[in-house]
Amino acid sequence: MLLEISHPAELYHLTNWLDTILQENLPEWGALLVKFVLIGVALLSAYAVIALLLIYGERKITAFFQCRYGPNRVGKWGIIQSVADMIKILIKEIIYIDNVDKFLFYAAPFFVIVASMLTFGAIPFGRGLQAVDFDNGIFYVLAVSSISIIGVLLAGWASNNKYSMIGAMRSGAQFVSYELSAALALMTVVVLSGTMNLSTIVAQQEYVYNWNIVRGHIPAIIAFVLYLISGHAETNRGPFDLPEAESELTAGYHTEYSGLQFGFFYLAEYLNMFIIASIATTVFLGGWQPIQIGVEGFDQIMNYIPSFVWFFGKAFFLVFLSLWVRWTFPRLRIDQLLNLEWKYMLPINMVNLVVMVIVVVYGFYIK
Amino acid sequence: MTVSQYFSGLFKGIASLIKGLTVTWKELWTPKITQQYPENRATLVISDRFRAELVMPHDENNEHACTACGICQMNCPNGTIKVISKTVETEDGKKKKILDEYHYDQGMCTFCNLCVITCPSDAIKFENTFENAVFTRGKLDLRLNREGSKMREKKKPEPKPAPTAATAEAPKAETPAPKPAAAEVKPVAEAPEVKTAPAVEEPKAPEVKNDTETKE
Repeated sequence: MLLEISHPAELYHLTNWLDTILQENLPEWGALLVKFVLIGVALLSAYAVIALLLIYGERKITAFFQCRYGPNRVGKWGIIQSVADMIKILIKEIIYIDNVDKFLFYAAPFFVIVASMLTFGAIPFGRGLQAVDFDNGIFYVLAVSSISIIGVLLAGWASNNKYSMIGAMRSGAQFVSYELSAALALMTVVVLSGTMNLSTIVAQQEYVYNWNIVRGHIPAIIAFVLYLISGHAETNRGPFDLPEAESELTAGYHTEYSGLQFGFFYLAEYLNMFIIASIATTVFLGGWQPIQIGVEGFDQIMNYIPSFVWFFGKAFFLVFLSLWVRWTFPRLRIDQLLNLEWKYMLPINMVNLVVMVIVVVYGFYIK
Repeated sequence: MTVSQYFSGLFKGIASLIKGLTVTWKELWTPKITQQYPENRATLVISDRFRAELVMPHDENNEHACTACGICQMNCPNGTIKVISKTVETEDGKKKKILDEYHYDQGMCTFCNLCVITCPSDAIKFENTFENAVFTRGKLDLRLNREGSKMREKKKPEPKPAPTAATAEAPKAETPAPKPAAAEVKPVAEAPEVKTAPAVEEPKAPEVKNDTETKE
């Protein structure tokens, strides 16, 4: 921090002000309690709002890729469309299905949504906007996001429906395979940055030439692409949507779900897309750091844009990339899917990790 | 699989993926072709070949080309058309079958175009006016020949010497007879020569208006 740069529009002013007020007026435990509740409410509402934005954005961008306009009737340019859809899904009936494993059936959506919520909390959204900051943050994110596959498998198993079962099994095979690639790609960056702490990783990437994707040049770019592909596969979208494959499996593992339970799966799917994009942003693209090139005037102007805007800009750019991929490539067969992972991405990832180690050991990265 | 095959396959795959991405990137920016229908009524372009409603073109003298031969009725696969004819006596004492009412049940029509193809005198055609929704089925039963209309007679030789003032008008005046399909909208004000001697009735303007109202 050589430059003394002001951050006029940052949200940490607000959080610090709240913090001091609570500390002054309440005992220690009371202040903590109020803060926990506030952070929980803020995260939950951010979760819902981002999901609405993503659903709207996805429908609009999808439409533009397919040469049509997308939703444009509800509100100006259809911006309230996803709100209307949310209200609809909230007031829909939850249909109780006979002959399902009741407990597992109703527990499954919670596994999925809780996993995605837990991951969501660990993301640094902006300067001073990170709820959960562990020293092994990347490890935590990888571990917690893997819980969602249990929910998917439970949903398929408990539904007493062959389509759900096949969809869940496909999803399991896919997730377990691609989790390896995602973790190895992130490990490549951990080798470069020397820490698993997400806030430290972001703090290291102050200037553009410090961004991990630039600093680690070739191996980092390869790791970035591999992470995007495997993250995309983990979210069961795009060319990797075999678990849902409408033409073969009706809707895959959530065929039997209705109302808000289906809404949970739907929400978690969209948020997982965002979470993958934000982890990629945090780890490779400098997180919430604005574009700073070391020229004082330029840096100051970039700093007037609040850090969370930078974060969401970068993350939504990556979401756009995933949509672009989704509407370009046809769905893979299951053998092609596993070939891609085990014969191409995993070996490349391993070699890439070794290359990154060599780069770091001999100091070939951009300092 | 040899090592070289592995790597060439890998790079060829990446190249083809990038090619696919460029194609969809271009598609993202192409102008959108969606028609915003109820709002764009004024600028809406419907192909001329779109078959939405069978019409019988009438020219400015309230004359059509239908000879009431009934071929369209015979060719209609599902009984959409009903040609009701009547017999009248012409002034030179001959009996002649003329069209009385031409009924077209739009609710039954499959828009196959067989009636138009088989019509020997090009008396009917399909229009692209597609907004045909009505509230009761009875309104779909249309009568195509207008009130008081009569058949256009075959062109006679006598109009030839008639035009004296403008020579340019002559071909214009002739056009309605050989091409009945194109005749109904042509703003040919001066073609009284084509009009032949008396048929059933003189055309009246208000009756025509009534007819269009019933069609809606």
